[in-house]
Amino acid sequence: MEIVLVGLNFRTAPLEVRERVAFSLEQAQRAAEVLRTNGILEETLVLSTCNRSEVYGVHPLAHRESAGALSIFLSDFHAVRPDMLNPSLYHHYDHDAVRHLFRVSAGLESMLLGEAEILGQVREAYLQAQQQHATGPVLNRLFQAALEVGKRVRAETELGTRPMGVASAGMKLAERIFGKLAERSALVLGAGTISEQVVSQLRDRKIRTLYLMNRSRDKAEELAKQCDGKVMEWGNWDAALKLPDVVVSAVGTQEMVLSKAMLEKAMAARGNRALFLMDLGVPRNIDPAAAQIYNAYLYTIDDLTEIVQQNRNARQSEVPKAEALVEEHVGKFISWQSSVELIGVLDSLRDRLRQRRSTFLAEKMAGMNHLGAEDHERIASMMDELIEKIMIEPAERMRSEKQLRRKIQNLEALRDLYLSDREKL
Amino acid sequence: MHQTFVLITILAYLLSLGCYVGFLYTGRELTGRLASLLLFLGLAAHYLALLYRARANHTVPYHDLQGSMSLFGWLLAVTYLCLEIYHRQRTVGAFVMPLILAFFSVSYFVPDHSGTPAQAHGVVFALHVTLSILAYAAFALSCVLSLMYLAEASLLRSRKLGEVVWRLPPLELLERMSHTSVLVGLLTITVGTALGFVAVDRMTGQYWYYDPKYVWTLLVLVLYLVYFQLARSTAWRGARASRLCVFNFVLVVLSFTVVNLYFSPHHRYF
Repeated sequence: MEIVLVGLNFRTAPLEVRERVAFSLEQAQRAAEVLRTNGILEETLVLSTCNRSEVYGVHPLAHRESAGALSIFLSDFHAVRPDMLNPSLYHHYDHDAVRHLFRVSAGLESMLLGEAEILGQVREAYLQAQQQHATGPVLNRLFQAALEVGKRVRAETELGTRPMGVASAGMKLAERIFGKLAERSALVLGAGTISEQVVSQLRDRKIRTLYLMNRSRDKAEELAKQCDGKVMEWGNWDAALKLPDVVVSAVGTQEMVLSKAMLEKAMAARGNRALFLMDLGVPRNIDPAAAQIYNAYLYTIDDLTEIVQQNRNARQSEVPKAEALVEEHVGKFISWQSSVELIGVLDSLRDRLRQRRSTFLAEKMAGMNHLGAEDHERIASMMDELIEKIMIEPAERMRSEKQLRRKIQNLEALRDLYLSDREKL
Repeated sequence: MHQTFVLITILAYLLSLGCYVGFLYTGRELTGRLASLLLFLGLAAHYLALLYRARANHTVPYHDLQGSMSLFGWLLAVTYLCLEIYHRQRTVGAFVMPLILAFFSVSYFVPDHSGTPAQAHGVVFALHVTLSILAYAAFALSCVLSLMYLAEASLLRSRKLGEVVWRLPPLELLERMSHTSVLVGLLTITVGTALGFVAVDRMTGQYWYYDPKYVWTLLVLVLYLVYFQLARSTAWRGARASRLCVFNFVLVVLSFTVVNLYFSPHHRYF
C-alpha cells in the first residue's frame, strides 16, 4: 500500500463544503510542502477544480494511517470541522486510487460527462507539482499514465466529442457549415446570461469580429468590454445583418426581433453566403419562416436542446468503451508497479557486462598465443558464470523490495551508474 | 506478376476503405494516416498492375474497356490523394474509396480485349487520352463532393443530425474541394482536347472532322465553366451549384458510355 488518495467531489460534498476545501494555486503548493516536510507523504499532488479537491500522495511507510493523517490535515489546513468534512471525504489506496485518477482524467468522474477541461486541469496540477519537486518517480509515472488515458479516451471514444450545452451545440453546428470560426464574424443580440455564455463560446473559438446589440446600449457595452466586441445600435438592421456569418439572438421580448423579410434582405446584401441563425429566445426572436431562406440555417432553443439530449445519450453509451480503456491502463500500471521494468534493466546490464568481458578478453589474450581456442572458450564461460553470480544478489534484493518507491529509486540508480543513455530508454 | 499486383491493389484499397470508414466514425488521427498510407500503397500496386498488363500485352492501358476503367480508377485515386493533401481533409476518403475500388474491381469482370493489336498513335495521343481520363476522374470527385454537400446540407437544414454529421467536413470546405476538383478537370480536359486535335492532325493531316464526341465534350466543358462561375454567384452558391455539378457529371457519364459506344466513331473507352 503506497499510493493514497483523499478527497471530495460534487458527488460526496455539497457546494458549501467544496468551496471551503478548494485549494488556490498558492495553497496547493503550501499544502504539498507541509505534507512532505511533516513526513505525512513523500510525494504529493493536489488536484483542485470547482468540482473536486483531491490530494494524491505516496506515503513513507506501508500502512493506511496516512489517510487518517491526511483527513486531519485537510480539516486543519482549511479550518473546517472534522465532523463537517469527514462524511464527504473518500479514501482510496493503490489500485483504487490509480483507477479513480484515470477515471477523473477520462472525464468519467466529471459533472458533465466527458468534459474536456478536466484533462487540462490534471495536466496543470501535475506540472505545478513537478516544478515544485513535490512529485517523485511514483506520482510522475502515475500522472503521465493518467494524461495518456485522458488523451486516449478522447481520441478513441465519442465521450468528449459531442457538445453538451446549448451554446456549445450551436457553435459546433456553425462549425459544420463554416469550419473553424476564427476567420468569421458573429452578431449577438441581447446582453443577458445566455448571451454571455454564447460570447464566451465565441471567444473560445477566437472569432475574428464580434458585434453586440442590445436594447439597453449600456449593457451591451459592458459585455463588449469583457470580450473585445463592437457595439452596434439597436435597430440598425440593414448594416448589422449583412456583416456576420453567425447571428445569435437571446432577447427577452414578446415580439419577433428578426423577420423573414429582414433576413432575406440581409442575405441578398451578403451575396447569399451561408448564414447561421441561433434563436435562443423564448418566445422566439426569429421568424420560423426564415428557415426556408436559401443558404440560411436556423436553429431554435428546442432544436439545440434536442441535440444536446441526443449527445448526452450518445456520451452515456460511450462510457463502457472509456471504462475499458481505463481498466487497460490500470492493468498496465499494476504490471509496471509489480515489475518496475526490473527484468529489462537487468538484461541490459547483463549484455553490457558481457560486451565488456568480450573486449577485455580480446585485449588481454592477444599476446597469449600459447592458449588454444578451447582455453579461450573456457575462460569466457567462467567469466560469464562470474557475471551471473555477481548479478544474482542485487537482482534478488531488488525483486524482493516491497516498497515501490525504493524499488524505483534502486532501479534508477542502477541505470544511471551502469547503463548508457540509449540503454536507459 | 500482374495478378499479384492486382491482388495487392484490391487488398490495399479494401484496407484503406476500412481505415477511412474507421476514421469517419472514430476520428482517430492514426487510423486516418493509415488509410492514406494504404491508399498510397494501393496506388503504387495499381500502377504496377497497369504497367505489367500493358507490357505483357504490348498495348496501352486505354486500348480496351478493362484498361480504361482501371486507369480511370487509378487517376481518380491520384486526384483524391492530391486533394486530401491539399485540403488536409481525410473524411471524404470513406466516400471516394468505394468508387475507386468499384472501378478497379469491375474492370476485371469486363471482357479483356487487350490481345487485339493496338495502333501506335504517339505520345501526343497518349497525353490526350490520359489527360481526358484525368479530367473525368476530377469531375467524378467533384460529383462525390457535391453529393456529400447536398446530403450534409439537407441533414443540417432538417435538423436531423445523425452520428456521422459531426465527423463530416464543413459545408464550405466541401464547396472549396469541389471547386478545386472542377478546376483540375477543366484544365486537363482543355489541354487534353487541344492535344486531341494535334493528334488528329498528325494521324490524318487534318485538324477537324466531325465527331459527336467533340460536341459533347464542348458541352461538358461549357457546363463546368458555367458551374465554376455560378458557384461563386449570389443566386447559385451552395446547394444549387452542387446540384448543377451532379447534373454535369451525369453528362460526363453519358459521354463515357452512350456517346462513346453508339455515336462516336473514334472514341471507344475514354
